[in-house]
This record gives sequence, C-alpha cells and structure tokens, in this order.
Amino acid sequence: MVSSAAGYRHSAAAIRALVRDDAVHRDVYVNPELFDLEMERLWRSAWTYAGHESQVPNAGDFITVDIARQPLLMLRGSDGTLRVLLNRCAHKGAKVVGAGSGNCGRVLRCSYHGWTYALDGSLRTVPLKSGYAGTQFAESEAAKGLWPVGGVAVYRGFVFVRLNRTGMSFEEYFGESLSSIDNLADRSPLGRLEVAGAPLRYMHNSNWKMFVENLNDTMHPMVAHESSAGTARQLWKDQPPDAPKPMVIEQFLPFVSNYEFFDKMGIKIYDNGHSYTGVNFSIHSSYSAIPEYAAQMEAAYGAERARAILGESRHNTVYYPSVTVKGAIQTIRVVRPIAVDRTLIESFTLRLAGAPAALLERSATYNRVINAPTSVVGHDDLYCYRAMQEGLDSDGNEWISLHRNYSDAEKAEGGLPGIYNGTSEVPMRGQFRAWVAAMTAGTDA
Amino acid sequence: MQAGDDRTLIEFVYHEARLIDEKRFDEWHDLFADDGRYWMPLTRGQPEGAGHTSLFDEDKLLLRIRIERLRNPKSYSQAYPSSCQHILQTPGIESRDAESGTAVLRTPFMYLEYQQDRQEVYGGVAWHHLKHSGGRIVIALKKIELLNCEAALPSIQLFP
Repeated sequence: MVSSAAGYRHSAAAIRALVRDDAVHRDVYVNPELFDLEMERLWRSAWTYAGHESQVPNAGDFITVDIARQPLLMLRGSDGTLRVLLNRCAHKGAKVVGAGSGNCGRVLRCSYHGWTYALDGSLRTVPLKSGYAGTQFAESEAAKGLWPVGGVAVYRGFVFVRLNRTGMSFEEYFGESLSSIDNLADRSPLGRLEVAGAPLRYMHNSNWKMFVENLNDTMHPMVAHESSAGTARQLWKDQPPDAPKPMVIEQFLPFVSNYEFFDKMGIKIYDNGHSYTGVNFSIHSSYSAIPEYAAQMEAAYGAERARAILGESRHNTVYYPSVTVKGAIQTIRVVRPIAVDRTLIESFTLRLAGAPAALLERSATYNRVINAPTSVVGHDDLYCYRAMQEGLDSDGNEWISLHRNYSDAEKAEGGLPGIYNGTSEVPMRGQFRAWVAAMTAGTDA
Repeated sequence: MQAGDDRTLIEFVYHEARLIDEKRFDEWHDLFADDGRYWMPLTRGQPEGAGHTSLFDEDKLLLRIRIERLRNPKSYSQAYPSSCQHILQTPGIESRDAESGTAVLRTPFMYLEYQQDRQEVYGGVAWHHLKHSGGRIVIALKKIELLNCEAALPSIQLFP
C-alpha cells in the first residue's frame, strides 16, 4: 500500500493533485477517506436520483432509499405533493419507516415511542404530551418533525434530490442533458413512464466510478463481451441473412461491433460530468420495428415528430453521478455507493404508458440479459472492475491514463461541452473535472 | 406418465442437478424440451409473463449461449472456474396427468456456488414441469424460486 496518507479532508490541494488533465491518480478508486469525502461533498451537492413518481401514485404511498448514507423517505402527501424527507424520527433518530415501499395511511408513526407525523413531515402528536409542559420542547429541533432534503425536482416523472440546503439549481446542474430523459418519456404515446416491477439488484465489489465510467466506455465491449455476445454471434452465423432474429440475438450482436462502429457513434459532453454515447446511432439502432407502436406514435405526435423521437438512439446517458439512462430500450441503472469497494447497481425496467406490451417485453428481456446478477455480460464487466480494484490497490504506476483523444482545447473555460468521436475518453475527463470541483468546493486551498 | 413410476420422476430431478454439478452441460441441455424453459423469477410470487424481468428466463438458445460461453477461454469472469453443488430434499410429486403424460415435481434445495476462495449459499424451491417427448422425459419448465431473489446479489454464474 502506497496510498497517499496526505489527509485529503483538510487539503483541497491534495485533492486537486489527484486529477490531471489527461490522467487520474489511483487513490480516487481505493482510498476510503476519499470515499467518505465523496459522500459528503460530491453526492450531497449533486442532484441524485431518488425514484420515479409512478412508484408513489397515491397519498401515503412511499418508498425508502439510501443516498450518500442518508436514509430517505419519498412520500406522496395528502395534498398530492411528492416530498423527500429524512427517514429519521425527530425524537431519538430511529428510522420511522422500516419497509422498502408501501402505503403508510394518513400518518407516519415511529415504532419506538409512537410519535406521529403528518404526510408533510410535520410532527402531529406525541403521547402524554403534558410531560413537555414548561419545557423548551416546542422551540427545540425535535418539534420540527422530519427534515426535508435540500431540494426536490420531478422531471418527466424522475425524482431527483439535492441533499444540501444550498447549491446549484436542478436546471443549472443538468442543463441540456435532460433531453435524454425527454426522449425516453416522449417514446410513450402518452408522454408518460411507469416503473414496471422490481429492479434487478446487482452487488458490485468495486468502486462506483468504475461502473459510471464504463457506461460511456466504448472501447471495452468488443473485448470484455466477446465471450458472451461473440458466442451468440458464432451460434447465429450459419443462419440465412433473412432468418428472423430472436430478440436476444438482436440485443447481443451489436455488443461485438467493431471499433469503427463505436467511434462513429459519437459522444456528447455536457457540464457537470453528464454525457451520452450514441449521438449518430447506437447498438440499439437496428432493433426490428413494432408496426403497431409506430402507428400509435404517429397518431400521438404526427409523422415528423414521431420520426424524430424514434430516430434518436442514444446508447447510455450518464446523469453524473447517480443514474444512467437508456432511452432506446427503456431501462435505467441507479448507482448506490456503499463503500470504497462496494456499489449496488439497481436496474429498473420502464413501461411506456399506452405502448404495446411488446415494448415492455423487449425492455424486460434486455434488462435481464444485460444487467442481472445472472447476466453473462454483467459477469465480465464486474470481473474487469474487480480486477482493476485489486490491481489499483497495489504498488506500481499510480496514474490511470485518460489520454485517448485528449486535446488542450478541452481545458479552456466552456471548452468541454460538445460532440466528440465515440471512442474518446472525454466523458471520463469530464466526470473528473466535475469531481474535483465538487470535492474542493467551499474548502480552503 | 405411467402409474407407479414415481421413482423415475424423482430420479430424473436428482439426475438433472447432478449433470449441472458435474458440468455435463450438453447432457443437461438435452434434458430440456425443444420449447423448454429455465426460469428464475426476480420477485416472490411473480406472475407468469414477459412483462416483468427475471433473473433467468432462458430458452434453449440462451442456455446454449451460456454453455458455450463457459467453454470460451475469453470468458474472463471464469478465469477461476466456478463450481456448484445442489443439495436436494426428496422431490414431491405435486401433480401428474397420465393422459397428457405430464407431471409437476416440487423440490426444496440448497445451492452452493464457489469461485476463488468465495462460496455463496442459496436456497429455495425448484419446480420441474416434465413431459413425455420422443419416448423420454423432458423438461418443459424448470422454475426456481430463490429464497433471496429480491436481495442485492453477487454474480451467479452457473445454474441453481
């Protein structure tokens, strides 16, 4: 172990020194102190994905979720408002809601001393209240009820939170990158999405950034996935060209497209670490048409607009740091860091409201084949992440190269956003630029 | 199924698990009907249908891809090959229909999967929907209800 003992907490300079224009120090993946700081500084200042409003359609419906070590409660109020509160009793700090999802009725009630809260989080009743007469209770923190998070934004049904009280606005944080969520929601003839059932939950014994980076890493599929997608191609190769492809073959084959394919796909970079691959086309471009759906879309949007919506075939959009979106196949992957070498990935299947069942079946199939803990694609990805985790936690070169297609023009103020060739490492460089900014904001040099 | 061949059905379930544990995957694949299915739902009580995703939902083609991949030297996640062991409770014959030649067996099980100093332990109930085809018993559906199907799981690389 030669990990820096610099003490990152009290040195913004030490943190800045971890990220060069074209390389990053290995400590960012293996150092537990940096992980703690990421949770406190990056994840609490970012707008992170909490859930989808379709998971809480009625008053009293809730889900619970942990973000950056904060237990949160996403709850639909009696007034129809969706709120995100700290799931932590104002009295002794117990989690008020124990379940992962459900309906709490008209009040929340703590299991320990029976304090109850209205659905807006305000303290409603405390048993034997006379015991507080003559005390400062009414003016105390305890009387304030359940704390709301710093900010909540619902965008096309996606619920994002900012844990910190102050910081960038939702619109400023995501900017034009929200067009990927728009495209996903627009694919419903009704413009509406619903979470379809439970997520696949895959525990990764690796750092969260390896997963996030991989979503826009187009230099790995033809190598890491040769054994799975390449085997599928091998088994299919003797079929006549016009033989109807089974859905899984159609989904597997593009993974082993060549370097030229992925390079020409293109990458779009936004500020604050967001980006997407598949500007021009993607591995999802050649799926067979579903005529009934195409007709529905035309009826809903008109021919030209329907063609524009379905003509987008974005590969993976990274909403840094917490969620990645695949509009063309209607799945999202949610990143839940647990420790420096432990990350839970939850992959949700989305239903396009009003669309034929065939689309949901295609999404559910893709999600299983690619994102499940049983996925032969996922197995090889995770193997590579784990191999990096163990390799980087050893002596040797301390710097990870991010030189591919680097140009000094990226360094200029506002010089990063734009469209790049698809195999560039520019998305990772953009992520680390956002990382340094968040990790050093408000600290002394 | 003929009356009185309970033992044959039960032995079939034992044999099926043994073929996986001994990595005799071609023989195992051959146990499935042409339209056979290997299904492990993601949630408890998950209804039939492709509208909810699953942990496994493999037809013979997908099973074949998995089997061939395991033999591919570029299957990096198998750099240390995984091994597994099924431990089965005596299968119970839940239903049998002599006329159609079908039977359903229920088998509580434990499943161990081992790779490179790590062993994972799973448990659950397997349902074998068997039928007669071409003069032999084949699997129409093997459904695996994993006890912790909804948990955050590590890689499951072989076949519970």
